[in-house]
Amino acid sequence: MEFTFDLNTIWFFLIGILLVGYAILDGFDLGVGALHLFVKDDLDRRIMLNSIGPVWDGNEVWLVTGGGALFAAFPHVYATVFSGFYTALMMLLFMLIFRAVAIEFRSKRPMRWWRQMWDVAFSVASIFIAFLAGVSIANLITGVPIGPDKEFIGTFWSLINPYTILVGITTVALFMMHGAIYGAMKTEGELHNKLRGWINNTIIFFIICYITTTMATLIYYPHMIQHFKEVPALFVLAVLNMLAIANIPREISRGRYFFAFLSSCASIAALLSLFAFGIFPNFVLASNNPEFSLNIYNAASSQKTLKIMLIIAISGIPFVLAYTISIYWIFRGKVKLNNMSY
Amino acid sequence: MDVEILSRLQFAFTIAFHYIYPPLSIGIAVNLVIMEGMYLKTKDKFFENMTKFWVKVFALTFAIGVATGIVMEFEFGTNWATYSRFVGDVFGSALAAEGIFAFFLESGFLAVLVFGWDKVGPKMHFFSTIMVSLGSMFSAVWIVVANSWQQTPAGFHVVGEGINARAEITDFWAMVFNPSSVDRLSHVLSGCWLAGAFLIISVSAYYLLKDRHIRFAKASIKIALVVVMIASLFQLFTGHRSAVGIHENQPAKLAAMEAVFDDQTNAPLYLFGWVDEDNQKVNFGVAVPGMLSYLIGFDTNTKVTGLNSFKEEDRPPVNIVFQSYHLMVTIGFALIGISLLGVFFWWRGTLFKQRWMLWIFVFSVLLPQIANQIGWITAEVGRQPWIVYGLLRTSEGLSKSVEAGQVLFSLILFIIIYIGLFILFIYLLNEKIQHGPEDVDSIPSEIGHPKA
Repeated sequence: MEFTFDLNTIWFFLIGILLVGYAILDGFDLGVGALHLFVKDDLDRRIMLNSIGPVWDGNEVWLVTGGGALFAAFPHVYATVFSGFYTALMMLLFMLIFRAVAIEFRSKRPMRWWRQMWDVAFSVASIFIAFLAGVSIANLITGVPIGPDKEFIGTFWSLINPYTILVGITTVALFMMHGAIYGAMKTEGELHNKLRGWINNTIIFFIICYITTTMATLIYYPHMIQHFKEVPALFVLAVLNMLAIANIPREISRGRYFFAFLSSCASIAALLSLFAFGIFPNFVLASNNPEFSLNIYNAASSQKTLKIMLIIAISGIPFVLAYTISIYWIFRGKVKLNNMSY
Repeated sequence: MDVEILSRLQFAFTIAFHYIYPPLSIGIAVNLVIMEGMYLKTKDKFFENMTKFWVKVFALTFAIGVATGIVMEFEFGTNWATYSRFVGDVFGSALAAEGIFAFFLESGFLAVLVFGWDKVGPKMHFFSTIMVSLGSMFSAVWIVVANSWQQTPAGFHVVGEGINARAEITDFWAMVFNPSSVDRLSHVLSGCWLAGAFLIISVSAYYLLKDRHIRFAKASIKIALVVVMIASLFQLFTGHRSAVGIHENQPAKLAAMEAVFDDQTNAPLYLFGWVDEDNQKVNFGVAVPGMLSYLIGFDTNTKVTGLNSFKEEDRPPVNIVFQSYHLMVTIGFALIGISLLGVFFWWRGTLFKQRWMLWIFVFSVLLPQIANQIGWITAEVGRQPWIVYGLLRTSEGLSKSVEAGQVLFSLILFIIIYIGLFILFIYLLNEKIQHGPEDVDSIPSEIGHPKA
């Protein structure tokens, strides 16, 4: 693997870190949303909703910032992918709107039909967002048709195939597991016991999907493991990933939910690292002709911009971490409803 | 309809809708800081309840602002890919700075502002309110900087030719402080303060007319009146500065705003009129002779460049810019009038007895909203046919891989969803207004609020 530690490489991994941050944080609130309809009681649903209440829109900011960073550092990737995946992204946007609105409006009226309507919107949107995120990631693995002028030349349907659907479902499973652990950590009593029981089911669901996806990737997209052959040390990531997942039931049986949650975070980070090392140095692989691929050099902004942005990132990130940690610290512990709750 | 007109319609529609909400949030947040500051100073529960009520309204506007804001960020890439390739190096860093410096600040402390009343002490809560207010203004800073760069590009050079041409940054601070940034930012921010403060005035005046929540309503109006008096007068100043800047940097836009067709000194300032673009004249117009020249140069001999000095394909549409600009200015003066009149009656001690004034207050909420919208129309339509002034045409900025059918489909869905969202917003806002604040009017404040 040709690996030079330059600004382009740094920005590839910084955007990866933003993506990991998004997947870990929005991942659990999407997961809570995906499980929402399985909880029947109105009070329990409110507790589920309020477990993510103070943090969900902060979590979404990671997506917004990731998008902004991609626009700035790799404008061609941003332009090609966003215009090429037009219809898929519009659906993602509509789902993001529905979900935000559902969370905000559900508790404003007491009627049963009103709440049921928003509960369905919230849950379906959560599942759909996770699924679309997975499908998008998968298309970067399979590659998409790109012309010599860096423009996407496929259609909406060229983005959908059994493999991309499989990765979409795997993402839903991963977030459900992550969300169930988060939910168990934030609740008590009967709801807690229910969520605790679901953790094992979601882990099994995820592992089945994960193994299938891994096999499919190895068979059909062997370019993803090229770097792992060249640099065997990277295999540590795959081992870490399995260990992190295996550690979850262990921590749960000891009642240490916070550590189970950290394990789940670690497995998400390891998974996305595997993905990042797999596609590096390409962002978007051109399936028709590898020469047209968008990589960290031909899709990047000028060195000067990458440097300015690095200064912005380095001066901003300590604050971002400080806010994020203090918010989670302030809202630690089990959910208690009050008159300002959803 | 082709991709260009559909994409423009979609962007115009989604940005106009989005732009209802952030100004409300920014404007209400400023008032929240004052209200909660008074709570900390007086320790009177009354001000805490007052803050809590407006926080609920704030949270509603904020939620819709976030949901419709993500759309805007995505649309640069989805509909304007070629533009994104051209400006990414410059525009992107402002957008990324907005994310890192503003959005995290805003959304993080918003959690404490809305949900943290019993999780943190009053001082920490007040600190969070200040941070949310600052965060919301920082996000305005970066996005207005990015937009101002499109109006008056600076601190860059163009690399490559034809379809590969793109702007690359040469001087970050020259990009940030491009010739129109400061004037436009101050103009936008005071427009936001007006939007939020007039909502507070409107709701409170409604309570007074209905004889409800009297103490709450009177105190809210007084706080917001101070804000609107300062903001509306400041708007006169920033508006003037912006117009002078447009004269220097975007003469075609100024010419469209005042329908100046031929180069002239002693150029008139229209109070109103209807532009006949084909015959190049203004019908039914009433104008102050020489006033435009005087205002931009403090000298009636200042030369104003007319539209005919620009190639035909470089001229913006005239009448729409003229009308939106003049209506904005008219509303600006109306807002100054309402603010000053309100403060005058307050000083005389008769403000809350003037029912007609309270009725004006109730409807005044619409004025800053209209002015904000048509102000942006003036700015953005006046920049046409350029997407980046003088460098890239709007028609050249489109996504090449997107077809008209796709945009039509998304545009229709946006219209349906946003109309639904707007109805829901009005319904829930009304719900909150009818429910009202927790009342402490009737009991001495030392006892605090009754257990609900």
